Amino acid sequence: MLRSRTVRIALFAAAIVAVQAATAVAGKSFLLTQLTMSAYYTLVAIGLSLLMGYAGQISLGHAAFFAIGGYVSAALTTLDLSDRRGTALVDLLERLHVLVSRTDLYGGTSLSFHAWAAFAAAVALSLAVAFAIGVPVLRLKGHYLAMATLGFGTIVYSIVLGTQQLGAADGITGVPPFPLLPGLAVGGGRDSRIANYYVAWGLVALAVLLLANLVESRVGRALRSIHGAEDAASAMGVDVGSYKLRTFVLSAVLAAVGGVFLTHFNAGVGPGEAAIMKSVRYVAIVAVGGMGSIWGTVATSALLNFLSLRGYFGTLDDAVFGAVLVFVMLFSPEGILKLDARAAVAAALSRLRRQEGGA
Amino acid sequence: MTALLDVRGLSRSFGGLRAVRDVSFRVEKGTVKALIGPNGAGKTTLFHLVSGFLPPDAGTVALRGEPIQGLPPHRIASLGVSRTFQHIRLFAQMTALENVMVGRHVRSRAGFLAGMLHLPFTRGEEREIEREAREALAFVGIPELAHVEATSLSYGQQRAVELARALASGPELLLLDEPAAGLNMRETSELARLIGRIRDRGITVLVVEHDMGLVMNVSDEVVVLSYGEKIADAPPRAVQRDPEVIRVYLGEDDAQVA
Repeated sequence: MLRSRTVRIALFAAAIVAVQAATAVAGKSFLLTQLTMSAYYTLVAIGLSLLMGYAGQISLGHAAFFAIGGYVSAALTTLDLSDRRGTALVDLLERLHVLVSRTDLYGGTSLSFHAWAAFAAAVALSLAVAFAIGVPVLRLKGHYLAMATLGFGTIVYSIVLGTQQLGAADGITGVPPFPLLPGLAVGGGRDSRIANYYVAWGLVALAVLLLANLVESRVGRALRSIHGAEDAASAMGVDVGSYKLRTFVLSAVLAAVGGVFLTHFNAGVGPGEAAIMKSVRYVAIVAVGGMGSIWGTVATSALLNFLSLRGYFGTLDDAVFGAVLVFVMLFSPEGILKLDARAAVAAALSRLRRQEGGA
Repeated sequence: MTALLDVRGLSRSFGGLRAVRDVSFRVEKGTVKALIGPNGAGKTTLFHLVSGFLPPDAGTVALRGEPIQGLPPHRIASLGVSRTFQHIRLFAQMTALENVMVGRHVRSRAGFLAGMLHLPFTRGEEREIEREAREALAFVGIPELAHVEATSLSYGQQRAVELARALASGPELLLLDEPAAGLNMRETSELARLIGRIRDRGITVLVVEHDMGLVMNVSDEVVVLSYGEKIADAPPRAVQRDPEVIRVYLGEDDAQVA
């Protein structure tokens, strides 16, 4: 098991390098921008894949967690506390480098939160919100989480769209780069394009590795047992509610992390990231890749997000994801990678014939 | 001496139906106790009350003298009570071995963080889990089926996997819900021997069963339920001679009407 996991990670790393090399050779390095963005959306998708495939729960609010990450990070790194200097708390935070001086586009300086501090706040908030939603809802059997997160997603969307301090319909712009390591920052700019591509996909590879480890562990086995037979799992001592909750929280935090980094990469965030259709899109991507298949999700997420970001779907963007969802549910509920195309078509045809015969 | 399991005044209703009424009995450590009664007598409900799948309306369930009624199933499992199901509940899309490995859940501790980081102690723990699970499969006589998908096995083999899974948790009290249902005669006599070997390991067994031959063969004591009430609680021979039990089972009333 360990070997196949290691081999897969190695192949994944090779694929990441190969794609970058291909864009370089073809002289189309500009494609790296959308590939990098796809990576951050992929973080959301793999967390959701774990939730859907292993905890058997659907979240229609993962775009909202992504937006929480993005907006917290954007708001805290762009606000200006320089006129509050002199108050004890602000001075203390500045001395601790939680608050840092930045020079903005117009040459003025502002005092705002360090990107890491904002990151910590974003993770903490998404964690707290996921707990608050999950604790009451996941004690119930059934798909109540889908409904609760749908409501939650609507609320977050309304808030970011209607709050002037969050830029309302324009969102927040001018978000500074995220200083990951000395000399390596997550942000726009042509010279750092290749580095950013590797940072983003490196992050995906790290997340995949952690989740693949988890799936192969005692916890992964317990999660699969919940999916297989919930009552028997609890009879074997698996705390079903708690495991579902933790999986949900983990996936929510992953979504928020994706939101933080994409916001720094794009230097801004808009309310579109919180839209319900975005959440549906993540669900569609997981459904195509195969619920619980982390690798399948990575592949379909990279492809579909890239095509969407390049504008291949045009004005039908959302419709494509809707159609994908319908197609998968009709022909291959296990995910497209498990689709035996001929068998699926044959089965669908025979169903049709039976219905006609019966009529 | 306190009994391993002490059930007192247990009651549970569903709407107007009083499925279990004021039932009390004790299961002494190291014994096999059977729970019998006609269909609808409340046996499975009583099982659910003991294992935490249903909370009782009234009454207490004590394990080693400690009250456990109303605790959720996973907590009761962690206290050393393991069960099987009347309708086999194996984990789909998992091998027989993986199914049984889940049985070790309460005896292991790697959590989310340890699992994600693949911490060194988890490797030793995983080896231990697999070793114990293989041992349980061997104990029930199907070591060669470890890597077969559990739900694709024959009915009798699935029963064996479920039993191995329950045993793998190292229970002090094993609850078997109609373990002979769907088994042929040969498999049933194998089951009887297996229950004997389980008791020899010092595991206390409470078994709900319809097969009278099996019940009389393996149990030290038998509780008889009828319409949710206990009508007898005695060694098998005494129960067989009990006029009330005979009336319930042979339907004396019906005989007279006819």
